[in-house]
Amino acid sequence: MLLGDEAIAQAAIDAGISGIFAYPGTPSTEITEYVQQSKEAKEKGIRSDWAANEKTAMEASLGMSYAGKRSMVCMKHVGLNVAADAFINSAITGANGGMIVVAADDPSMHSSQNEQDSRFYAKFSFIPVLEPSSQQEAYDMVHYGFDLSEKYKIPVMLRITTRLAHSRSGVVRTTPRPQNEIKLPENLRQFVLLPSIARKQYRELLDNQVFFEKASAEGGFNAYIDGPDKSMGIIACGLAFNYLMENYPDRTVPYPVLKLAQYPMPEDMVRKLYDTCDTLLVLEDGYPIVEEMIKGFLNLGKQVKGRLDGTVPRTGELNPNIVAASLGMENTTGMPVPDLVAGRPPSLCNGCPHIDSFNAMNEALEKWAKGRVFSDIGCYTLGAFKPYEAINTCVDMGASVTMAKGAADAGLHPAVAVIGDSTFTHSGITGLLDCVNDNTPVTIIILDNATTAMTGGQKSSALNRIEEICQGVGVHPDHIRVLKPLRKHHEANEQVCKEEFEYKGVSVIIPRRECIQTLNKRMRQKFAEKKKNEKK
Amino acid sequence: MKKDIILAGVGGQGILSIAATIGMAAVDHGLYLKQAEVHGMSQRGGDVQSHLRISDKEVASDLIPQGRADMILSVEPMESLRYLPYLSPEGWLITNAKPFINIPEYPDVEVILSEIRKVKNHIVIDADTIAKEMGSVKAANMVMLGAAAPFLEMDYSWLEQSVRNLFGRKGEEVVSFNLDALKAGLEAGEKYRKA
Ligand SMILES: Cc1ncc(C[n+]2csc(CCOP(=O)(O)OP(=O)(O)O)c2C)c(N)n1
Ligand code: SF4
Repeated sequence: MLLGDEAIAQAAIDAGISGIFAYPGTPSTEITEYVQQSKEAKEKGIRSDWAANEKTAMEASLGMSYAGKRSMVCMKHVGLNVAADAFINSAITGANGGMIVVAADDPSMHSSQNEQDSRFYAKFSFIPVLEPSSQQEAYDMVHYGFDLSEKYKIPVMLRITTRLAHSRSGVVRTTPRPQNEIKLPENLRQFVLLPSIARKQYRELLDNQVFFEKASAEGGFNAYIDGPDKSMGIIACGLAFNYLMENYPDRTVPYPVLKLAQYPMPEDMVRKLYDTCDTLLVLEDGYPIVEEMIKGFLNLGKQVKGRLDGTVPRTGELNPNIVAASLGMENTTGMPVPDLVAGRPPSLCNGCPHIDSFNAMNEALEKWAKGRVFSDIGCYTLGAFKPYEAINTCVDMGASVTMAKGAADAGLHPAVAVIGDSTFTHSGITGLLDCVNDNTPVTIIILDNATTAMTGGQKSSALNRIEEICQGVGVHPDHIRVLKPLRKHHEANEQVCKEEFEYKGVSVIIPRRECIQTLNKRMRQKFAEKKKNEKK
Repeated sequence: MKKDIILAGVGGQGILSIAATIGMAAVDHGLYLKQAEVHGMSQRGGDVQSHLRISDKEVASDLIPQGRADMILSVEPMESLRYLPYLSPEGWLITNAKPFINIPEYPDVEVILSEIRKVKNHIVIDADTIAKEMGSVKAANMVMLGAAAPFLEMDYSWLEQSVRNLFGRKGEEVVSFNLDALKAGLEAGEKYRKA
C-alpha cells in the first residue's frame, strides 16, 4: 500500500536513479523521505539528503544527469518558481542521464499560497509531461519517463496533485534496473548555453516536439475510448479520469473519452474526438490549459465546456460530484453540515517556541502602530491569526527579509522581518546581504526551532550555524542577539526586541528553542531505544 | 462488497492508525483499497479526514462521492458532523463523545450530540474514558474501531490480526492492550445500540 508519493519514490529506486534532490514542500515531501528511509536505497548508495532550496536541487539533479546518471528532483508547485531558471534552461541544454522533475501541484490550496498549474511550465519550456491517474500509473510512468528522457536527451516532468500524492493504493513493482555508469555527454558543449550554441540547441528542442508528440500518442498512457453517444466527447486529464469513471458504476461511459496523461497533446487523438463529437467537455485538475488550447482565443469552433464556461468551477480541486454535475447527473449530497459546526483552522501547537517569540515581539512593538512585520512561510505564518495577529505578510520564501528592506528603504521604521531557520537558508541569506550592503535599518527575527517544522520536521540545512552565517554576511556581532523563547524570559526578550527595533542598522534576533513536535519525536525514539537496550 | 468510510478527527489525533488497521485487514483478504489522507498544514490541530474505500472491485476515485459513504467514523464529535454531506441515507455515523476543544467558539457539546442523534443510524461512545480506564487514552482510536467493527463486513478476526501485525513490533503487551481496547469498543457500541 503506497502513497502516490511513495510509489514514485519506489519507482525511482527501481528505475536505477543515483540520486534524488529536493527541498521539502507539501505535497511532494514524502517522495524524498521515502528514499531517505529506504534500506534498499541505502544499499544502492542513492544520495537523498535535503537541498537548501529547489534551485540548488534542480541544478544538482542536472549535474548528475550531465555525468550520465539518472536523477530525480522533486518539489511542490511553487518550488518550481524558485527553480524555474534552471528548469527552463535545462530544456535547452537537454539531459544526458535520465532526469525526471516531479512537480506536485496543490489545487484547492490545501497547504499552499496558490494553485498554479505546473503543466504551464512544461509547455513554456517545451518538455514532455506525464500526469498519472493512479498510484500504479505513477510508478509505471517513472520507468517510462526515464526511458523517454534518455531516448530524447530531455528532462521529463512528472506532474502530480495533492490528491494522488497523499492517497494510498496497491502498486505492483517491476524488476529493478541497475544504475548508469558515469558517461559524459558526447558533445561537451551540450551544456554550454552561449548564444551561438543555445540557438542551435533551442532549434533542436523545437524540432523534437514532433517526436515528443508521437511518444504521447504511442506511450500507452493516453487512450481513446469510444462510446456510442457522439453528442459529447470528454477529455479527462490525470485524476479526472477516475472521477469520470466513478460516475459510471460499470465503468463504461456512453460518450467517447480521451484519457489524457501524457503531453504534448497527441493531435490526432484530440482531432478524432473533436471531429466525431458535437461538443467537448474538458475535465482537468488545475488551470484550464487543455481547455484553453482546444477552445482557442476566438472560440470559433465547436462548443468546448469546462472551467472557462462555468460547466466546472473555475477554481479548486475536482471531485466525483463536480464531475457528475458537469455531466448533468443528479446530485447525491447527503444531509447538510449543521450550522453549529465551527471552522477549525490549523494553529500553533501548545508550547510552540514561536508563541513566546511572538509575545515578546508584539509587546516590544506596542508603542508603534500595527502593520510593520513582514513574514514568511512556515508554522509561524499561523501567527497571522488570533490571538497573536503578529505578522502582516506572507508571499514567497525569503520575501520577509527583502520586503522589510524595501519598506525600510521607503522610510518605515522599525521594519521587522520574521523568518524561520529553514526558510532563511532557503532564500533569506541573499536578502540579508542586500540589507548589510545598504546598512538598511531592519530587524530580522530568525525563528530557530532547529527544523523545517511546517512540512513535518525535516533537517534544517544550517543547524546551529545561523549566527555564523549572519556574521559572515556582515551583520555586526553586537546586533546578533540570541534568545531563549520561554515565558519566564519574556521581559528580557521583550527588552532585546525593543533595543534592536530602535537601532538604525541591520540587526538579527535569533529566538532559539526546538520545535515541540520534533523534540517529542526525539524523546520517543530515545525512550524506545532505551527500552530495547534494557531488554537486551 | 463495497465499504466507503470517512475517518474524521483533528490533526494529531491519529486517525491514520485506524485507517491502517482496516486497510491492512482488507488488503490481506484480497480486497481493493484506495485511501486519501490529509498531510501538511491541517495536521497542526486543524480538521483532518481520510477517505477509505474498500471494494471487491477496482476502486476508481480516491475520493468518496457525497451521499455515498457507508460510514463516518470520527474520533471527535463535532468533526463527525462536518462530513454529513458524504453520508448515505442508510450510512452509520459512529463517533467518540469526547470533544477536542482547541478553538474559542467550540459549540455546546449537548447541542452537538442532539445533532448527531438526528442521523438515522448513529453510535456515540466515550472512547477516551473507556481507553483511560483501561490504562491509556492513546487506545481511544482502537476503541472507536471496535465500535465500527460490526459494520465493516469483515470478520472481527481480520481486524484482530491486523492489530497484531501493526503493533507486533512494539511487543506482546502493546498488542494485547490494543486488542482489549478493540473489544471494549465493540461491546460499548453494541450496548449503545441496544440501549
Ligand atoms: C518555494 C517553496 N518551497 C517550499 C515550500 C513549503 N514550505 C512551506 S513552509 C516550509 C518550511 C518552513 O520551515 P521554517 O522556515 O524553518 O519554519 P518552521 O515551519 O520550522 O516554523 C516549507 C518547506 C513553500 N511554501 N515554498
Ligand atoms: S510543529 Fe513545531 S514549530 Fe510548528 S507549531 Fe508545532 S511546535 Fe511550533
